[in-house]
Amino acid sequence: MAETESITAPDISHIHRLSNGMTLVAEPMPWLRSAAFTLLVPAGTRSEPEGLQGLCGMTLDLAQRGAGKRNSRQIVEDLDYMGIERSSSCSTFHTSFSVACVAESLNETLSIYADIVLRPHMPKDEVDESRQTALQELLSIEDDPSQKVFTQLKNLRYGAQFGRSPYGSTEGLESVALQNMVDYHVGRYIPDGAILAVAGKFEWGELKGMVEKLFGDWQSTETNPSGSVPIQTGVQHLQHESSQTHIALAYDCVPYQHPDFYQSRGLISVLSDGMSSRLFSEVREKRGLVYTVSASCQTIGDQGSVLTYAGTTGPRAQETLDVTIETIKSLGNGISEGELSRLKARVKSSLVMEQESSTSRSSQIATDWYYLKRVPNRKQVLAEIESLTCDSLLEHFQQYPPTGWGLVTMGPEPVVLAEDLVRVDSSSCDGASEGASNGANQLPATAKPPAAKGTTR
Amino acid sequence: MKFENTTLDNGLQIIAEVNDEAFSQSIGYFVKTGSRDEVPEMGGVSHFLEHMVFKGTDKRSAEDVNRELDELGAQSNAYTCEDQTVYYMSILPDQQTRAVDLLTDLMRPALRTSDFETEKNVILEEIAMYDDAPPYGSMERCMESFYGDHPLSIRVLGTPQTVSDLDSEAMREYHRDRYAPNNLCLVATGAVDFDALVKQAEILTESWEPSRFKRVSTMPKHGSAELQFQHAPAVQQYTFELSQGVSRNDPRRHSYRLLATVLGDDSGSRAFWALVDPGLAESAGMFAHEYDECGILGLYLTCTPEDTQSNWDALVSIVREETSKKITERELTVAKNKICSSLVLSSERPGNRLFTVGNAMTMRGVYETVDQSIANYRRVTLEAVHDAWADYVNQGGARVTIGPELDVLK
Repeated sequence: MAETESITAPDISHIHRLSNGMTLVAEPMPWLRSAAFTLLVPAGTRSEPEGLQGLCGMTLDLAQRGAGKRNSRQIVEDLDYMGIERSSSCSTFHTSFSVACVAESLNETLSIYADIVLRPHMPKDEVDESRQTALQELLSIEDDPSQKVFTQLKNLRYGAQFGRSPYGSTEGLESVALQNMVDYHVGRYIPDGAILAVAGKFEWGELKGMVEKLFGDWQSTETNPSGSVPIQTGVQHLQHESSQTHIALAYDCVPYQHPDFYQSRGLISVLSDGMSSRLFSEVREKRGLVYTVSASCQTIGDQGSVLTYAGTTGPRAQETLDVTIETIKSLGNGISEGELSRLKARVKSSLVMEQESSTSRSSQIATDWYYLKRVPNRKQVLAEIESLTCDSLLEHFQQYPPTGWGLVTMGPEPVVLAEDLVRVDSSSCDGASEGASNGANQLPATAKPPAAKGTTR
Repeated sequence: MKFENTTLDNGLQIIAEVNDEAFSQSIGYFVKTGSRDEVPEMGGVSHFLEHMVFKGTDKRSAEDVNRELDELGAQSNAYTCEDQTVYYMSILPDQQTRAVDLLTDLMRPALRTSDFETEKNVILEEIAMYDDAPPYGSMERCMESFYGDHPLSIRVLGTPQTVSDLDSEAMREYHRDRYAPNNLCLVATGAVDFDALVKQAEILTESWEPSRFKRVSTMPKHGSAELQFQHAPAVQQYTFELSQGVSRNDPRRHSYRLLATVLGDDSGSRAFWALVDPGLAESAGMFAHEYDECGILGLYLTCTPEDTQSNWDALVSIVREETSKKITERELTVAKNKICSSLVLSSERPGNRLFTVGNAMTMRGVYETVDQSIANYRRVTLEAVHDAWADYVNQGGARVTIGPELDVLK
C-alpha cells in the first residue's frame, strides 16, 4: 500500500458520553483480527490517604481476586481460556487496565472488566495475599537501579502527594486494611472522568450498546478533583555498591495538552530519537561513555517534564552528566534542516505503523481524550508535525529553556550538578528508602521494537 | 499472503512473506553465527561485531549510517544470541530500495581499528549494566554450569576479560568467515516488492564470496552442579535450574512448551497459583527453549532469601513430584489457547512476523503460516504432554542461586 494512502486510511473516532460521566472513545480498525481497550479509572496514587502508600495498587490487586459471578481463579481461567493479553497498573491519577484480544472475545472480556471495576468481591481472606504480592513488587524495584532512580526522582520532583510510587512503601502496605480498600473503591472507582478507549475490529453500534449495558448503571456521587501539580527541584544521591552509576535527570517542558507540545516533543526527538540523535551521538558514539542514554517526556497533570537516563561506570559518571547537560543546552544553538526532516520522517512512519497495532492505538486515544478531550486523527497530527520549522523549534527552546532541574543518582560515588542549574542544598538518603515511579503517562517516542531474545544493540 | 523463496548463485537465500494489505514492511539479515559459534578465548566476538557493523563501511561513515537509518524513518536495531545475529528494520514500503541498499552495505563493515576501542568501552558498559540488574548473571552462570565445555556455555556478551583482549584483526577474520552469503538469509515481511528485492540484492552482493564455515553441532554433556553466589547489594534471591528439553527440530517441542505453560507460565499455571498469586514469590515458573541439537526445560524463582528454601521445595514438588496430579484436558486447552492467541495477536505487525518467519527458515529450514503454527500446537495430545513430563522428571539439573547471602538453599 502506498504511503499516501496509508496516511489517509479511515481513522474516524467515535465518541459517546454516558450519562454517568464516563466516556467511550473508539476507533475502528477493520483490517485487524484483534481488538484492544484501555480503561482508565480515576483512582490514582494521589488520592491515597497519607500513611497508606500502596493502597491504590492493593485495591487494584484485590479487585481482581473475584468479581461479579466469578471468583479469583475463575477470572484468570476465563481470561486465559480466551487468550487475553492484559496488564493493569496505577499511576498518579489513574488505575488503568490494558487489554488485547481476538475480536470475537471483546464483548465477553469487557463484561469481565466491568465486573472487576463495578462489582469486585474484595474478599477478606485474600487481603494478606494482596499485601504479600505488593511487598514482592516493592522489593523488585529495590533490586533494579535503573527503575529505582526514577521512582526516587518522581518523589523528589512532585513531592509527597503527586510523587508517590505506585508500588507504595513498606509501612504503607503493612498499614492497609480491608476497609481502607473498600472505601477507596467506593470513593475512587467512579464514572466521573472514567475513559474506555477501544481500537481494532468491532462494530460501533454493537459496542456502544454493550458499553451502555455494562457501565450504564455505574453510579457515584463522588467527583474527580482537579488541581495543579507542584514541581520541586533538587539533587539526591543514593549510595549503592553497583558497577554503574545510574543517572536520572529531569527538567521542565510544556505538558501534553499545551498548544506548543509538538514543538517540545520535536526537540526531544532531536535530542534522543534514533541513532543520529544528539544524545546517542555525543554520549555514546563519540565518547563511548554509556551503553544506554535516552530522553523522553512525561506529563503528570498540568506539568510536563523531560526525563533523561544514563548509566555509566563510576569514574566516568561526572563526565557523562556534564556531556548530557551540554548536549541538552546545545539545542539553543539551533536545529539543522537534516534533524528536522529526520524527525518528520520518524513521526510519519510511526503514525502509519500505529495502524498495525490495536494496542498502541487504544492507549494513544485514551491519552488523547484524557489530556485534550479530543482525538486528533493522523492527518491532524501530521499537519502539526509538518508545521514545525527549525526556527519554530529554536524559538520554543528559547521561550522555554530548561529549568526546574532535578537529579537523582545511584551508585558508588555522587556526582555534582553545576551550581547555576540548581541552587538547592544537596541532600542524600540511603538506598533503602521509599521508591517512587515514572509510571504515569510516558508518551512513546515511537512504537517499541519487538522483543527479541538475546542482547540488542 | 504469499511466501517467496529464492537462493542467489553466491548462496544468499532470500525469503519473504508478502502481504500487499500491510501498511509497512520489515527486512532483516539473519546471520547464522552467535556465541555458540565462538571459541572461549574470543567470547563475545559475535556481539562485538554486531556493534561494529553500525560503525560504517567503505562507502559510509558511522555518522552516515546513523543518519540514513533515521532518514528512512526506520525502527531499526540488531541483536545477538547463542544461535544468530540479526539486523532488522521496519519501514514504509516506498523506502524499500534505500533500506535494502543500506542494510546490505552494513553486512560489509569497514571494521576500522580506531572505532574498535571506543566501541569496546560501550560493550564494557553494557556488561556492567547487566551486572547491576536482576537476575545478576545467574542465568549465564547456570548455562556455564549446565553446558560445561560445550560452546552453548559461552556468554553472548563475553566477559570483561575476553572483550578487552579482542583485537580487530581477529574480528576481521571472523567476519570474513561468518558473514559470507551462504551463511546469511535476507528476510522480508509485509508490503514487499519481492522481485525488486531479489534483483537489487543480486547486484549488491555480486562480489560476495561464499565461505566453507559450517556450524559444528555436538551433543553436550549436561552438568548437574548446585552453585551459590553472593551479590551483596541485592535484596531478593534469584534461582535458576536447567534440565534437558528437546531440540528445535524435535517433533516433541510443542508438547514441551505446552507442559511448561501448564506447569509454570506467569498467569494461571500451577506454579502461579501456588507461589505467585499468594505473594510467596515475586516470580516462579518454568520455561522451554530450543537449540539445534538440544534444548532446555528451566525453572526460575525470585523471592526473599528467607523464603527461598520453602518456595523452591514447593516449586520442585509441583513440577517433579506431583506427576500423579494428571494434567486435565481443560488445562491443556487453556495453554493452547494462550499460545495460539498470542501467535495471532503478534502476527498483525510485519515487524513481529519478521522474526517468526526468519527464525523458522534459518533454524529449521521451513516456512509456516500463522495457521500452520497454530495447528502444530492444536494437535498435541494430553498423552504427549504427559510423556514429556515423564521424560522431564527423570532428568537432573544444574542449579544456580544468587542473592545477598550465601547458604540459603540446600
